[in-house]
Amino acid sequence: MPAAVRNELRFMLNGDVMRIEGASPTLTLLDFLRLERLLTGTKEGCAEGDCGACTVLVGRVGPNGLIYETVNACIRFMASLDGCHIVTIENLADANGALHPVQKAMVDCHGSQCGFCTPGIVMSLYSLWLDAPDADGPRIEKTLQGNLCRCTGYEPILDAARAVGKISNSEDKLNATRTDVMRELSALLDGSRLEMQSEAGLSIVPASVDDLAKVLEQHPEATVVAGATDVGLWVTKHMRAIAPAVFVGNLTELQTIEEDEDGLTIGAGVTYTHAYEALSRCFPTMSVLWDRIGGEQVRNMGTIGGNIANGSPIGDTPPPFIALGARLTLQKGKRTRTIDLEDFFIDYGKQDREPGEFVRSIYVPKPNKGDRFAVYKISKRRDEDISAVCAAFRISLDKAGTVTNARLAFGGMAATPKRANAVENALIGQPWDESTVETAVALFERDFAPLTDWRASAEYRMLTTKNLLRRFYLESQGEAVQVVRHPETMAEA
Amino acid sequence: MLTRADGRRSSTEISGGVHTPRPHDSAHKHVTGTAEYIDDMMVPAGTLHAYLGLSERAHADITSMDLDAVRAAPGVVEVLTAADILHNDISPTHRDDEPVLADGVCEFYGQPIFAVIAETREAARHASMLAKVEYADKPHKTDVIDAMEADYPHVTDPLKLERGNAQDALGSAPNRLKSEMRIGGQDHFYLESHIALAVPGEDDEVTVYSSTQHPTEVQHMVAAVTNAPSNAVTVIARRMGGGFGGKETQGNQFAAIAAVAAKRLNRAVKIRPDRDDDMIATGKRHDFHIAFDVGFDDDGRIEGLEALLAARCGFSSDLSGPVTDRAMFHVDNCYYLPNVLLQSRPMKTNTVSNTAFRGFGGPQGLLCGERIIEEIAYALGKDPLQVRKANFYGLGERNLTPYHQTVEDNIIARIVGELEASSDYHARRKAIVEFNRTSRVIRKGIALTPVKFGISFTATWYNQAGSLVHVYQDGSIHLNHGGTEMGQGLNTKVAQVVAEEFQVDLETIRITATSTGKVPNTSATAASTGSDLNGMAAANACQQIKTRLVAFACEHFGVPENQVAFVPNHVRVGNQLIAFPDFIKKAYMARIQLSAAGFYKTPKIHWDRAKGQGRPFFYYAYGAAVSEVSIDTLTGENQVDRVDILQDVGNSLNPAIDMGQVQGAFVQGMGWLTTEELWWDENGRLRTHAPSTYKIPLASDKPKEFNVTLAGWSTNKERTIRRSKAVGEPPFMLANSVLEALSMATASVAGYRICPRLDAPATPERILMAVERLKAER
Repeated sequence: MPAAVRNELRFMLNGDVMRIEGASPTLTLLDFLRLERLLTGTKEGCAEGDCGACTVLVGRVGPNGLIYETVNACIRFMASLDGCHIVTIENLADANGALHPVQKAMVDCHGSQCGFCTPGIVMSLYSLWLDAPDADGPRIEKTLQGNLCRCTGYEPILDAARAVGKISNSEDKLNATRTDVMRELSALLDGSRLEMQSEAGLSIVPASVDDLAKVLEQHPEATVVAGATDVGLWVTKHMRAIAPAVFVGNLTELQTIEEDEDGLTIGAGVTYTHAYEALSRCFPTMSVLWDRIGGEQVRNMGTIGGNIANGSPIGDTPPPFIALGARLTLQKGKRTRTIDLEDFFIDYGKQDREPGEFVRSIYVPKPNKGDRFAVYKISKRRDEDISAVCAAFRISLDKAGTVTNARLAFGGMAATPKRANAVENALIGQPWDESTVETAVALFERDFAPLTDWRASAEYRMLTTKNLLRRFYLESQGEAVQVVRHPETMAEA
Repeated sequence: MLTRADGRRSSTEISGGVHTPRPHDSAHKHVTGTAEYIDDMMVPAGTLHAYLGLSERAHADITSMDLDAVRAAPGVVEVLTAADILHNDISPTHRDDEPVLADGVCEFYGQPIFAVIAETREAARHASMLAKVEYADKPHKTDVIDAMEADYPHVTDPLKLERGNAQDALGSAPNRLKSEMRIGGQDHFYLESHIALAVPGEDDEVTVYSSTQHPTEVQHMVAAVTNAPSNAVTVIARRMGGGFGGKETQGNQFAAIAAVAAKRLNRAVKIRPDRDDDMIATGKRHDFHIAFDVGFDDDGRIEGLEALLAARCGFSSDLSGPVTDRAMFHVDNCYYLPNVLLQSRPMKTNTVSNTAFRGFGGPQGLLCGERIIEEIAYALGKDPLQVRKANFYGLGERNLTPYHQTVEDNIIARIVGELEASSDYHARRKAIVEFNRTSRVIRKGIALTPVKFGISFTATWYNQAGSLVHVYQDGSIHLNHGGTEMGQGLNTKVAQVVAEEFQVDLETIRITATSTGKVPNTSATAASTGSDLNGMAAANACQQIKTRLVAFACEHFGVPENQVAFVPNHVRVGNQLIAFPDFIKKAYMARIQLSAAGFYKTPKIHWDRAKGQGRPFFYYAYGAAVSEVSIDTLTGENQVDRVDILQDVGNSLNPAIDMGQVQGAFVQGMGWLTTEELWWDENGRLRTHAPSTYKIPLASDKPKEFNVTLAGWSTNKERTIRRSKAVGEPPFMLANSVLEALSMATASVAGYRICPRLDAPATPERILMAVERLKAER
């Protein structure tokens, strides 16, 4: 049965239910707040999701109830907020002007100087406080990865986060109104497809995955928007038109993670944040990488399916998934097909995805018992940076210590995420020792001819790639060879 | 809060006087999002929006510019080019080398060449992409060494500082070495990009709201481009979302465009570039190349030094003259140079014109001095701290700077001595050397570096300030001064000064937006001088009013002067205690003028640039830091494990705000020397122009352990405001210790025998490449 169609976008903004029609597919939440609602507390710092000055909370009802997460309003499109509760800085202080405990802590600890990043920082700390008021230093730093402050040096902001942790969050407004908001949001969602026509073109929010398949068959040229952490920049930085745009962030069917003995099946719409628990449990060494993808806001928005589908040579999820032998399931209409993930990436900007086809899920097999697996990311700044090189290694050894299988996959080394076949072949059948590794590293030169750009020179990329295999070997011998800021948070390899 | 339950204010103690750690006056507004920045203001009906079109060549003749499609785009009202700007120059030093819009030739990639004015910002931005511009390319140089090799001109006159005979000393010194270093630039990355809103008035009047550190200069530029006298232009700046020097001159461009358009169209015009355009089209910290030749004895004591400091100034002079001068003034840092010859080369390059940035050349000059010390230490196999101490300025001797100013307030030995002890420097250094002996991949380093920073504008006439203080009939006080608030807490400090003068609670004082209509002829809020200058000017205004009030009290109550005292929230007259508002009311009824314009000029300073001699600085601020780092010798990845700082802020006006300045400056300095890299491609195009590509420190980059102490015992020898010292810039340079600690960790792979000569910023790549180089050389 075709889905019913509705033309108005429905959501809650702080205490109000709002219904709007005809919003442009490129209307961002930030422009809506600042230009249309005159809520100027939320700032624009970069318009690319990297500075966090525009941080707001978005609440959405999912299988686990109503969850509030920080997002970057600057790259979040309004059409993706159907059925959501948007909470801005204006919602924090009491009606009588009394500061919220997070705000008060920021004042008391001298956490603001110029004040421009401050509303965004308050929102990030607020989110942390709602979620884990007793958060420790590493968790606070992780929360703030997506918030730049140029004035304070962050120390007083961390002090504020620790200070407010001593205050209970049970009486907070968002906790107190949770049931009411859930009821309100559920009432807004009627299970219909949302279609909005505007001067800048059509926005569609499909009602279900089946509906998505139909929509894409009808509009094979459509831009599929999940977390918008990349598409957002097409609009804010390059002024590109994206209509017709199909927003898939509400499709809970794409947000499932299924685990069996052999591996994980992750829906294309699963965000980095959502995937964290299962991935770090099944692939402990992946958690370090995961903590270094974007900032918290980006991880709350960005999806694994999106990271794969956009085909970037420097996306951080393909290398580990390829090393693990992941398989990708795509759907077009009612037809699905499953391919090796590495085969999805054909060339720079070219993927094995037909018009009208979309990424449905990814299956990530668990390594065999005894396999060694690790992924390393090299970037100019440790956190919230794009990889110069992302390297994933998986080897299997037999009882004699001979390498029986090796899968080494890299980002940043070629026009696509790519395996190092020559190096793999040099490892397989050889004893896992220093001399094998030293022989093998030279063959990276055969596998890759990296580029020089602002992230790294070709020489550095090649040298670190070689050295990361050395690191992988040394770690397999139990040697501590990484600079680790918070050793207590490191998983065992 | 000291207000009593009956609403009356305390008569025993004021709240928020000087030397108290009051929060920033806008803190409660920052955290609620109610602090108003220009983009948050309600705008007049019909406000238009401007957007800049930027050049796409580093150096070329613009052979044709077809703007028809731009004009025809929806919502477009007007398109401006150079021809529409009467006086097309915004050079702050009036050299006629900096057009508002490029005229026929573009000299860097990203230079503004036209401006679109449209009904919305989005429409203007869309339209700005539709221009068809044709260029005839000319050769371009973006790098400072390439520019020197290509005989590019200087953008302004170089400076020479000379004392003794460096050549002879170099010849006779027991040891001599030559080296060079590249020091990268830095983008300010204030969180609030540039913005201006111009509102046309009657006749030739215009009011401009500008995110600027220098309202008076914006006033002059707007007057020039709109062909109006200064009295027709009012520039207002309530607060900036960060400045760091990036809004000392760089706001002129935006204010000029907005004002020209507003006057032409008789509608308000706002202009706010996107972050990327802000980073591409506005100036940054100067990159430097330094080369030096130093002679020294076996203790590492410097006998002679020659150094050449070349700077990437960009296509125009902007502030490059004073910036490169200040670099020269800081090569000596804390060290006596008996025979010295320093020369600057302010090089023209085909890049955006570089500008002021916290430290204003000082950091680059100081880093040159520190690298010299480091090189000597490696050459002699000594702890660099030992070499530093051997070269410290003396007390009463060995105290003359290369610019012939005597260092009279030297406290560096005490600062460093206390920090050495409190940070346990020597034991930790020993432990690190031991750790490095057995650790194959991870290596550690530690370094203690000092800072001596000269306070005053080297442009002597800038060292003046004005204020305007009104006391109203209810006893509330309106405070205005010529400084601008960019987050540094200047307004809070100046208000504390006023509270102290009148002995009233800080809450009594209303801080108001900086306006050229209230206090004229202001200097830039820069060179760390904000509270020194404006605090004094405000105190002066208060004292004028107080003098009148005392005279009034004597006459009115028939008491001698010594029977009148301003006590907390009251005035004591004889044995009568009168609440401050009641007293003010009486003064008003007696027709006493309750308003005053204050003024201050810094004493003692003078500077003869041609001779390279004088006393450019009123005093010096001192500090030192110890940094400990770890590096991964397989990848160059690194982290700052611990930092200990001891900073001299004199008798602090506000220890909480000063603490914030020290912490913030250090982390900003750390970013400059580690992850913040400006990268131009072969077409001369800057490719690191957004936070996605340009990496400033995050919370997870701050020193893992960060111990900052203000030297509580310090007081300013000079008569500054309440004996405080400037704090904005000096601690920035404490981050030199991070670079040198990274260097030590790197040097460990070759037994500390070779100075790693790490260029800045020491990105993971530079560190790894240095490790490889040292491994090959060992």
